[in-house]
Amino acid sequence: MAYLDHAATTPMLPEAVEAMTTQLTVVGNASSLHAAGRRARRTVEEARETLAEALGARPSEVVFTSGGTEADNLAVKGLYWARRAADPARTRVLASPVEHHAVLDAVHWLGEHEGATVEYLPVDRYGRVHPEVLRAAIERNPADVALATVMWANNEIGTVMPVRELADVAAEFDVPLHADAVQAFGQLPVDFGASGLAAMTVSGHKVGGPYGIGALLLGREYSPVPVLHGGGQERHVRSGTLDVPAVAAFAVAGRIAAERRERYAQEIGGLRDELLDAVRAAAPDAILGGDPAPAGPDTLGRLPANAHFTFPGCEGDSLLLLLDAQGIECSTGSACTAGVAQPSHVLLATGIDPDLARGTLRFSLGHTTTRADIEAVAKAIGPAVERARSAGLS
Amino acid sequence: MTEIPAAPQRRLRVLAAMSGGVDSAVAAARAAEAGHDVTGVHLALSANPQSFRTGARGCCTIEDSRDARRAADVIGIPFYVWDLADRFREDVVEDFVAEYEAGRTPNPCLRCNEKIKFAALLDKALALGFDAVATGHYAQVVTDADGNRELHRASDMAKDQSYVLGVLDERQLAHALFPLGDTVTTKDEIRAEAERRGLAVAKKPDSHDICFIADGDTQGFLANRLGKAEGDIVDESGAKLGTHEGAYGYTIGQRKGLRIGTPAPDGKPRYVLDISPVNNTVTVGPLEALDVSALTAIKPRWCGTAPTGPGTYTAQLRAHGDETPVRAELVDGTLHVTFDEPVRGVAPGQAIVLYAGTRVVGSATIATTERATAAA
Repeated sequence: MAYLDHAATTPMLPEAVEAMTTQLTVVGNASSLHAAGRRARRTVEEARETLAEALGARPSEVVFTSGGTEADNLAVKGLYWARRAADPARTRVLASPVEHHAVLDAVHWLGEHEGATVEYLPVDRYGRVHPEVLRAAIERNPADVALATVMWANNEIGTVMPVRELADVAAEFDVPLHADAVQAFGQLPVDFGASGLAAMTVSGHKVGGPYGIGALLLGREYSPVPVLHGGGQERHVRSGTLDVPAVAAFAVAGRIAAERRERYAQEIGGLRDELLDAVRAAAPDAILGGDPAPAGPDTLGRLPANAHFTFPGCEGDSLLLLLDAQGIECSTGSACTAGVAQPSHVLLATGIDPDLARGTLRFSLGHTTTRADIEAVAKAIGPAVERARSAGLS
Repeated sequence: MTEIPAAPQRRLRVLAAMSGGVDSAVAAARAAEAGHDVTGVHLALSANPQSFRTGARGCCTIEDSRDARRAADVIGIPFYVWDLADRFREDVVEDFVAEYEAGRTPNPCLRCNEKIKFAALLDKALALGFDAVATGHYAQVVTDADGNRELHRASDMAKDQSYVLGVLDERQLAHALFPLGDTVTTKDEIRAEAERRGLAVAKKPDSHDICFIADGDTQGFLANRLGKAEGDIVDESGAKLGTHEGAYGYTIGQRKGLRIGTPAPDGKPRYVLDISPVNNTVTVGPLEALDVSALTAIKPRWCGTAPTGPGTYTAQLRAHGDETPVRAELVDGTLHVTFDEPVRGVAPGQAIVLYAGTRVVGSATIATTERATAAA
């Protein structure tokens, strides 16, 4: 079995499993005042410090959530409501069109129900938002911008965004910028403090932690209106009893992901490049999605663990079925509505022909990926593409 | 406890069409248990699948897709949703509307089997390396002494669905698998089997009617598509008895809902005898005038070799209809059928399926009928 869908979820690290199982056996609500509560609180706060350090943030900037989707919703809706409350003119939301649905659908909802004017920032053919594009959008009327949101790196095609430059532009106009860094964390140097971002989303199960836990990194000067009201935990912006075992395990996984990142990115990037070569050799007309350049100190490039291809004349679903039958697990990278594959909004935003956009595959590598996985793809992809092409587009 | 299933003669790569209902789920499970390499597929046939509705029926809802996936997960087979909505709209829904507009009475299930399940779906399956498509239909495919594939009625006549499969040709049959066909069983027993297999669809209500008309209101659907077209209701002499709001709202043999003020001279009920889209009239008359002694049918499809010369068969004229003896002959591509005894309520557009014993010989679409008692 070659599991090459780590961008969907990646196996938990043994250290995280250990931290989680240890915490599962002890009682304690981190809000309680007695000894059990104090112990739980200490665990949570140590985890917060660990995660803050891994992400270049202050501990108070870490707001635990139930995952990436909740953190994205809290950032986008919460900041919108807070900014609009402070100045009713601020109703314009700037978003990249290649965002994850957790952001895209949240901003869309603001447009439908909360009087927001949503403006999608044009991207280049790699799906990248350029700083001057953001500047032009803000400059059209700096007084009415509520917030901007641009992901750190794209989950489908792997393109890395110029986050620092975008944040600089936003800061010039005092516009809070949020970035979904779910895919970037563990693959790229992610330093919240240095980024200039107002808010940043990370998720546990994408870095070897558990499901159901994530965090919004939130600059101390920002007080988004809560999505969840209740006991006032997490700076009063995210109520709810903290999941101590998940928080502890997330911190362990996050720390290890940050510690190992540089070497990991190099190794996984090497395997990814072998995969790119293998696919191109077997299917010469395959089109690489996203920025072809590797991420580096001087280039934004693409995520080291991401390989994304479009196979002309093929249905992505057919390829998936054929590879699945060979024990290769990957993804079309596109969203599902009632299980029906739709052309990816990410690819469409990059200007690709909608028919072409149906034949995509995303291979995402991870910490358990081996050369044998790549060899399995190298062996299977040629016949699969040939067969899928003969089945055509239905 | 569990018996080890006998190894099949050949392990096939099977694509099981799973509607989300109990029959297709059990069919997929049986195919897998027989040792075949089974992949489940749910066909998304509606461009705008409805969200969760209470009492959702048919094959076009998100709930059905989820039910099918749930069953596939329990059976332990891969599962995909294929979007055939465009093909379905063109080949089934538009054909359905056009047939009604032309004054005929189509059967969309036959059309779907002919054009979607055993064409669009089968072709894609074969291209992807599958050997066969399996469905939950109650019918049997048997191989004769010469290796030819034959379609037969299900073992259980009460469950038999061979009528809606009468459009399958030899090639389609060669790749069709009906795992429920040899089951002599009641629906309750299929449900019990589903329950035993841990399939949650065991208790799901049966689907009814036409899957793309979710609320079952065919007349409303047609009115919406075709608009109002007022015309006359006349008797056999051409005398006007009333008006209608669209001839497509009537089916030959229909008695109810005619809303004719004037009673018949003999005081007997009147029935729809004829629908003429050309002058937009509906002709009504007495029951006896519905008797048909012969018909012609077009677009024949043979489940095997086409017969040569005249032959005697039994014919079925609608799903779950009775068999009736006929003589039939193919002349210049048109099937000429003479009934031994007159039959009632035969509508152009319906399929006539010919049987030789339990074997399905073929089918054709009824074009014209010849009345036993000539209409005035």
